[in-house]
Amino acid sequence: MRKPRKSKIETKALNLYYGDFHALGDINVDIPECAITAIIGPSGCGKSSLLRLFNRMNDLIPSARVEGEAFLDKEPIYGKSAYVVDVRKKIGMVFQKPNVFPMSIYDNIVIGPKSHGIKSRAEHDKIVETSLTQVALWDEVKDILRKPAQELSAGAQQRLCIARALAVNPEVILMDESCSALDPESTMKIEGLMLELAQKYTIIIVTHNMEQAIRVSDMSMFMMIDDKRIGRLVEYSSTSLMFSNPKDKRTEDYITGRFG
Amino acid sequence: MKKKFWKKFRDRLSGRIFFILALSTISALVVITVFIFVSGMPLIAEVGLFSFIFGMNWSPSQGQFGILPMIVGTVSVTLGAALIGIPVGICCSIFMAEFAPAKMQVIFRPAIQLLAGIPSVVYGFWGMIFIVPAISSNLGGLGMSILAGSIILGIMILPTIISISEVSIIALPRHYKEGALALGMTHWQTILRVQLPAAKSGIVAGVILGIGRAVGETMVVIMVLGNAVAMPESILDSVRTLTTNIGLEMGYASGAHQQALFATGIVLFVIIMILNITAQYITRKKVKK
Ligand SMILES: Nc1ncnc2c1ncn2[C@@H]1O[C@H](COP(=O)(O)OP(=O)(O)OP(=O)(O)O)[C@@H](O)[C@H]1O
Ligand SMILES: [Mg+2]
Repeated sequence: MRKPRKSKIETKALNLYYGDFHALGDINVDIPECAITAIIGPSGCGKSSLLRLFNRMNDLIPSARVEGEAFLDKEPIYGKSAYVVDVRKKIGMVFQKPNVFPMSIYDNIVIGPKSHGIKSRAEHDKIVETSLTQVALWDEVKDILRKPAQELSAGAQQRLCIARALAVNPEVILMDESCSALDPESTMKIEGLMLELAQKYTIIIVTHNMEQAIRVSDMSMFMMIDDKRIGRLVEYSSTSLMFSNPKDKRTEDYITGRFG
Repeated sequence: MKKKFWKKFRDRLSGRIFFILALSTISALVVITVFIFVSGMPLIAEVGLFSFIFGMNWSPSQGQFGILPMIVGTVSVTLGAALIGIPVGICCSIFMAEFAPAKMQVIFRPAIQLLAGIPSVVYGFWGMIFIVPAISSNLGGLGMSILAGSIILGIMILPTIISISEVSIIALPRHYKEGALALGMTHWQTILRVQLPAAKSGIVAGVILGIGRAVGETMVVIMVLGNAVAMPESILDSVRTLTTNIGLEMGYASGAHQQALFATGIVLFVIIMILNITAQYITRKKVKK
C-alpha cells in the first residue's frame, strides 16, 4: 500500500441539484495525488454525478446546479476564475462504453493535441506512439493507424480511449465503470494499466466490482443516499481499511452484501 | 391444422402483395425512363450526341438543336443556389442542433417546414416582384438573371439542407460530443472536428438532395430567369435552364422538336443520376472508412 500523498482534488461542501432534485449533499473529500481512488456504492447514489463534477461534465445538463467548492491543486474548478476547457484538459475522462470517434486510430489520438494548438506532424507522430505505448496498444496497431478505430475490439477501443485521454497530457484521469462493458481479459489489462498509470497520474474510478476496488485502489469512498434520497459520502478511507474494518454500519452491510 | 394452413397462406399472400406493390414503384421508374429514352434517343442519334450537347444554337424551326446554353444555364443557376444555400443551410442546422434554446426551436422548426411548404409559383412570384426589380435597380440590367434565380433557389433548397443536416447532427451518439468535450476541446472545436465529420454523410445527402431540387425546379426559373437562349456572360444575364426549355415549349412542340425536348429530358435525367450516384458513393465511402 502506497502512502497517501499530497492532495490533488479537494471538495468543500459540494452540492449538486438536478432541478429540484438534490442529488449530492455536502461532499467533502481530499483525493491524494498519484493514487487510485475508488468510488463505490449502490446504484443511483450519485457516483457518476460526483465524478462528472470533477471535470464539469455536468455543465452539459441544463438543469444541473452546483453549490460549494472544488479545487484542483488548490485552484478552483468552479467559479469565475476557472476556465472549463483548462479544467477538462487537466482532468481527463474515460467513459463506461468505449466512445472512440468515427475516424482513424491516429486521428482519435491527435484530435485532442491538435485542438490545443499542437500543429507539427512530427509531434503528432510522437504523441501517437507514446500514448499508444502507454496503454500497451502500440505493437498491436502500429501498422493500422489509418484504419477506423471502430474496427478494433471493445477492449482495444477502451484502451484507445485511455490513450486519447493521455494524449492531451492530463494530471487526473476519471474512469466511470470503464471496465463494465468488457470481457475479463480486457478488464485485467486495463486494471494493470491503471496501476501503472497511477505512478504518474491521479486516478479516480467508479466501480460496482468490489474485487476490482480491492485489486487496484488505494483509497475508497463509499456513497449512499440518505432518507431524503440525497447522495452522501458515508465513509472515506484507505481501501484496505474500508474492506477489512469498515467504520460505518452501512458500509459494512453494503460490502458484505456485495460479497454475498 | 387447417388454421395453420390459412395462417401460412395469409403470410405468403401478404408477402406477395407487398412484393407486387414494391415492384410497381420500380416499374413506374422503369416505364418513365424507357419512355423518355425511347422518345428522345432518335433525335440524339440523328443530330449526334456531341452536337446536341455542345451545340450553341437552339432554333427548332430551322432544325437546330444545341442545348449547351441551357446546360450552362442549369449549371450556373444551380451553382449559385448551392453557393447561397449550402453555407446558410449548414450554419442554420448547426445553430438549431447545438445552440438554439428550446424556446427558439419551437419557432424555428415549424418556420422552416413552412418554407418547404410554400408552392414554388409563390416563390417565383415573390422573385418577380422583389428580387428582379431590386437587382435591376441596384446592379443594372433587366434583373431577370442567373443571380435572381440563384437567390430564390438558394432559399428554396434551405429546408431540405437544414432539416436533413440537423437530423444527422442530432442523431449522433451523445458520447461523441461528451468524449470531445472531456478532452478539453471547446464547443466549436467539438462541432467542427467531431460532430460535423461524423455527420458528414447525412449532410452531404441533404446537400445533394437540395441540389437535385434546384436542378429540377421549373416554375421559379421560368418566372425569374428571363429564359433567353444564349450563352450568359455574367450573373446578371438571362439564361434558360433545361427544365425551362421543356416546360416552355412542350405545349406546342411536335415532330423532331418534341423529340428534342425529350432528349433534353434525358440530359436532365442523367445529371440527376450522376448527382445521386455521387451522393451514394460519398456516403458509402464514409461508412467503409
Ligand atoms: N441528467 C440528470 N437529470 C436528472 N437527474 C439525474 C440526472 N443524472 C442523474 N440523475 C439522478 O441523480 C441520481 C444519481 O445518479 P448517478 O447516475 O450519479 O448515480 P450512480 O451512482 O452513478 O448510479 P449507477 O451506479 O447506476 O451508475 C439518480 O437518482 C439519478 O436518477
Ligand atoms: Mg453511474
